[in-house]
Amino acid sequence: MLFSILAVQETVAEVDGTVETLAKVVSAVTEAVPQSGGAAHLILLLTVFVLAVFLGIEIITKIPPTLHTPLMSGSNAISGITLVGAVLATGADNGPWATILGFSAIVFATMNVVGGFVVTNRMLAMFRTKK
Amino acid sequence: MSPDLIDLSYLLAASLFIIGLKGLTKPRTAVRGNLLSALAMLIAVAATLRHQDIVGVTGLLIAVGIGSFVGTILALKIEMTAMPQLVALFNGLGGGASVLVAGAYLAGKEFSARVASGACFTDVLTATAASGLIGAVTLSGSLVAFAKLQELKFVKDVSFPGQKLLNLFLAVGAIGLGWMLVTQPEHAQAWYWVMACVATGLGILLVISIGGADMPVVIALLNSYSGLAASATGFVLNNNLLIIAGALVGASGLILTRIMCKAMNRSLGAVLFGTMQSGGTSLSDEEVYTSVRSTSADEVAMMLEVSQNVLIVPGYGMAVAQAQHAVRDLTNLLLNRDVDVQFGIHPVAGRMPGHMNVLLAEADIDYERLKEMDEVNSTMDQVDVAIVLGANDVVNPLARTDPNSPIAGMPIIDVDKARTVIVIKRSLSPGFAGIANPLFAADNTLMLFGDGKKAITEITKAFDDA
Repeated sequence: MLFSILAVQETVAEVDGTVETLAKVVSAVTEAVPQSGGAAHLILLLTVFVLAVFLGIEIITKIPPTLHTPLMSGSNAISGITLVGAVLATGADNGPWATILGFSAIVFATMNVVGGFVVTNRMLAMFRTKK
Repeated sequence: MSPDLIDLSYLLAASLFIIGLKGLTKPRTAVRGNLLSALAMLIAVAATLRHQDIVGVTGLLIAVGIGSFVGTILALKIEMTAMPQLVALFNGLGGGASVLVAGAYLAGKEFSARVASGACFTDVLTATAASGLIGAVTLSGSLVAFAKLQELKFVKDVSFPGQKLLNLFLAVGAIGLGWMLVTQPEHAQAWYWVMACVATGLGILLVISIGGADMPVVIALLNSYSGLAASATGFVLNNNLLIIAGALVGASGLILTRIMCKAMNRSLGAVLFGTMQSGGTSLSDEEVYTSVRSTSADEVAMMLEVSQNVLIVPGYGMAVAQAQHAVRDLTNLLLNRDVDVQFGIHPVAGRMPGHMNVLLAEADIDYERLKEMDEVNSTMDQVDVAIVLGANDVVNPLARTDPNSPIAGMPIIDVDKARTVIVIKRSLSPGFAGIANPLFAADNTLMLFGDGKKAITEITKAFDDA
């Protein structure tokens, strides 16, 4: 009986210690990583998003139908920008599961990016005019 | 590299993406535009590798190496006629990457520290759910589109009663699971992967019932989704570059989707849910095809000899027959004999936006000869011979005349107003809309039955011999 009480006390102390360490880690992380929480920050990101959509609409309506296929494959390659996110997720020391996911994400995204730009270049090189 | 410097590199990359896209507005500057976008991507990735959190670069470089190698091989080996499949495949990969990145974020240390701190971060969780949801629909939808375009045997057009209801159920279910993820961050990973599975099923079911001529709309829409998924990932990682680049792609896909829908006079909903107005009062084949006249290559060659203006209207059939090089030979021959040749390109001809233009460009045909629908329609009365090559619904006059036809109101290329129309086609079988085409039986129309490539080659030979 006594032993088990002692054991529980020990565990509680251990848990206490863990919580304390965890709290330290969290505060360190909070200081190091700029917090994205907060409505103001979210609105800032949303502003960037909405303005970029309008800019995209302005530019892309000017692209002639002749170039619509290269536009698709080219913009496709651009959407592979997730590669940046994949690199961030994989490169940081995040444990095996996150690394496996990130590694696959990098392979997928680079195929999308590199393949997309190469094939777009191949297509665009064919558009010629004989003058 | 300091975080500020990395952010500045991202700003530079975002600017280059925009300048690169702007380059695509003219064929002359397009190659440079594409290279600028590629440079922007290189800058973005290089800057990210210098991020303070990045510890092991070797693994990253291996992954980049594998992806680059496979991507380059695919891009260099692919036939131009298979371009729609390739775009669908790359699209799916982009969507898949978004699913994986958001998943990796949930498995990472930053996330578990935040959960443990009990801090409220609904915005990031919502973005993670959105990234996984849109990404998974893009991934599975694009792969189904790829399989259909590649005509893989195991993928059939599936439609069953209650399909719309099931789709709705899955969509609501996926959103509900996303909501669970947001409200229960401690079980975020479990909710996330269940949601991703449901969204994958939704993507499959959404695309599996869509076929043929509706493909351009689907590809454009999925293209838009892959951009939106990247943007959502940007919200997760608090990264402006992802948000901007994703928004540009999202906008691009949406505009193309709109153009395609307008060119078919169908609403996006009608395309997605596969509803095609049934042609109640449309005439049967027997009634329409009473006076079909067929012709021979020699006869066509004789007609071309006395023509001044020739218009070629290509459709998906030209891609199937790989007839673009034969068309080039005929075009050059006609031009040498001072016959003017132009191409009338319908916006939805082929299986993706701009499909015909790429094929004709591959065959080395001057892009200035490729005209848009409105432009050729305004000068149609001066066309001596209009050659319809593997197109059907986009030249069906019923769109103008029969308000009850399934294609009523769809803008078409008015070849029936040309002096003579030659339709090169294997048979009188209907196009995607499944209706008879009175053009084939019109007084000024002659049918040349056979394979597109063979027919054009024979005409060229007969014309050359004459």
